[in-house]
Amino acid sequence: MSRLDLKNGVIEIIHGSGGRASSQLIEELFIPHFDNELLRQGNDATAFDIPAGRMVITTDAHVVSPLFFPGGDIGSLSVHGTINDVAMSGAKPLYLSASIILEEGFPLADLEKIVISMANASRTANVPIITGDTKVVERGKGDGAFISTSGIGIVPEGINISGDLAQPGDLILLSGFIGDHGVAILSSREGLEFSTAIKSDSAALHELVSEMVQTVPDIHCLRDPTRGGLATTLNELARQSKVGIQIYEHTIPVRAEVKGACELLGLDPLYIANEGKLVCICPKKSAENLLNIMQQHPLGKEAAIIGQVTEDKQQLVVMKTTFGGQRVVDWLAGEQLPRIC
Amino acid sequence: MKYVDEFRDGDKARQIAELIQSEVRPDHQYRLMEFCGGHTHAIFRFGLVDLMPENIQFIHGPGCPVCVLPAGRIEAVIKLLENSDNLILCTYADLMRVPAGKRDSLHKAKARGADIRMIYSSTDALNIARNNPGQQVFFFAIGFETTTPPTAAAIKIAHHEKLKNFSVFCNHVETPPAMAHILSSGETQLDGILGPSHVSTIIGSHAYAECCKQYSTPFVIAGFEPLDILQSTLMLVRQINEGRFEVENQYCRAVKTDGNKKAQTLMSEIFEQRPLFEWRGLGELANSAIQIKNRFSDFDAEKRFAMEHIEVADIKGCICPAVLRGVSNPDECKLFGTVCTPEDPKGACMVSSEGACAAYYSYGRYRTEVEVVNS
Repeated sequence: MSRLDLKNGVIEIIHGSGGRASSQLIEELFIPHFDNELLRQGNDATAFDIPAGRMVITTDAHVVSPLFFPGGDIGSLSVHGTINDVAMSGAKPLYLSASIILEEGFPLADLEKIVISMANASRTANVPIITGDTKVVERGKGDGAFISTSGIGIVPEGINISGDLAQPGDLILLSGFIGDHGVAILSSREGLEFSTAIKSDSAALHELVSEMVQTVPDIHCLRDPTRGGLATTLNELARQSKVGIQIYEHTIPVRAEVKGACELLGLDPLYIANEGKLVCICPKKSAENLLNIMQQHPLGKEAAIIGQVTEDKQQLVVMKTTFGGQRVVDWLAGEQLPRIC
Repeated sequence: MKYVDEFRDGDKARQIAELIQSEVRPDHQYRLMEFCGGHTHAIFRFGLVDLMPENIQFIHGPGCPVCVLPAGRIEAVIKLLENSDNLILCTYADLMRVPAGKRDSLHKAKARGADIRMIYSSTDALNIARNNPGQQVFFFAIGFETTTPPTAAAIKIAHHEKLKNFSVFCNHVETPPAMAHILSSGETQLDGILGPSHVSTIIGSHAYAECCKQYSTPFVIAGFEPLDILQSTLMLVRQINEGRFEVENQYCRAVKTDGNKKAQTLMSEIFEQRPLFEWRGLGELANSAIQIKNRFSDFDAEKRFAMEHIEVADIKGCICPAVLRGVSNPDECKLFGTVCTPEDPKGACMVSSEGACAAYYSYGRYRTEVEVVNS
């Protein structure tokens, strides 16, 4: 059997058959890039030791279109997305799994790019991919590549972070500029290409979170405002905690380029997806300290306090506009941008 | 941001608001209709109502193209899609979730397998036609005078390229007749009109002169940015206080008296007046819409596909028609926020990004009830 033609070859149905071709794809493409001790066990299920304490598990499917976009691709996104979901519980991410669904005819060169990107993201984050699976669907039945990743992590002792713990009087912090990911994806969509310097903010936030929980162990809520954007995340937290939320428009960091693109396309940055930002709710007394810690980390340089938790039976998110008026910031209705992650 | 932030300056807003406060006559009610849904949304999105004295009331007008389209026109397209296996429908995304008949919509038709492409411009539809020569590409053209020139351009290009598989379902309507209808009906008393901004860049501010004179109603062509709306409101207040009725142009950075001559020539080359057209809420209005001229009838989807006229009754209880005429406010509707929400809209005004019900629901529905506890 000759080696995979990574330059000109394409995925064939046989690569998902479970036979020799599947095994070749794993051995020549996945293993060399993902390589780690646990993966080398080569079993259907990977065994590992666990420390005592509380664990978290999460899973996330990635169907972003296009697969490659400014600032990232489906590979890095699938690693960052799941690491962030683990980290939003305050946990230290330990391991990832990955399932890749490929469409017949998908170029092996593109697959290699995606695999290298996943491997780099996982190595940089120090969270290895320790088990995986690949399936192939007939041409026309998929859209290039879909990736599902799962992650597990350990919650440090004394940390209890959950979406239902926000208290009236708590302050709300945001780690940086919103809307970058959504606008980067839009700018590379077929039929809508426009030139912009905006790159996706896709990044793993667990190290930032680790520093935050070490300094302020009584953080109440953490969440990454992905699909539906900041507006939807704040509404989720308000509903879960049965509180109201008051935010101030002038405090929310939005890049001029993102504002411009949103104006042009009739979108609201509050509803645009992010892949490397977090929202944090903490007691008022800890907020300044936490803000300083966040601003010292490269992923939190533009962090800001954007509002506070209020008592409100209707669990509304209300925003004071730069105009001095006030408006409700509702859940995202419908689908503003399909297949953003 | 250049050209946006300048028109969203909070300090300037407060200054204009103070002027308005000091100039309104306390004994007078100022009922101002903002014609466009774009105005309605800006008013709520930026919380402008909070800056207004109580005796200024914004009445929401019919300027939402998706809202005034009769549901039967969408139903007719869905029927056509279902009876054809080589049709690609190109539409602006706004139309996708608008209710057609029997709780159906283009969105649902797409889920059932119809080939529907959401586009941002008429040239996207042309490209799809060029790239799919074996299929019929049907462009659902909708909008006021702002979106008419791009449709005209697409037809002209298709004609020039002799594209055999491209056609346009023309639903373009005109603003002055709608405005005249509302003012002539006398159903709702209006003291002044915040006139369309983007439409006026095409047809010019003089297009409303007749209407203004005939109904002795002050007009101010108003930009869509919040400061534009505030300044235009101040201009209307002054006209009302001084007993003047003129067409004034606040949006002078984009609108000229005569409008865009080039666009007007293009439109009259391709389109002609349609004798009668039905508007949702306003009924059948004479000379209020346009149709494709005979010379270009090869590109007229209504003719190519012999499309039938379908009547679709409004869902029981929906007061969209009264909202569109400025007679009722969205929150007076029994369905508002309960049965009818943006997730499951019963009337078009709840769907569109220019619809009054959507503005109320998304930004302001609990305006009087919001309790904020400061920490």
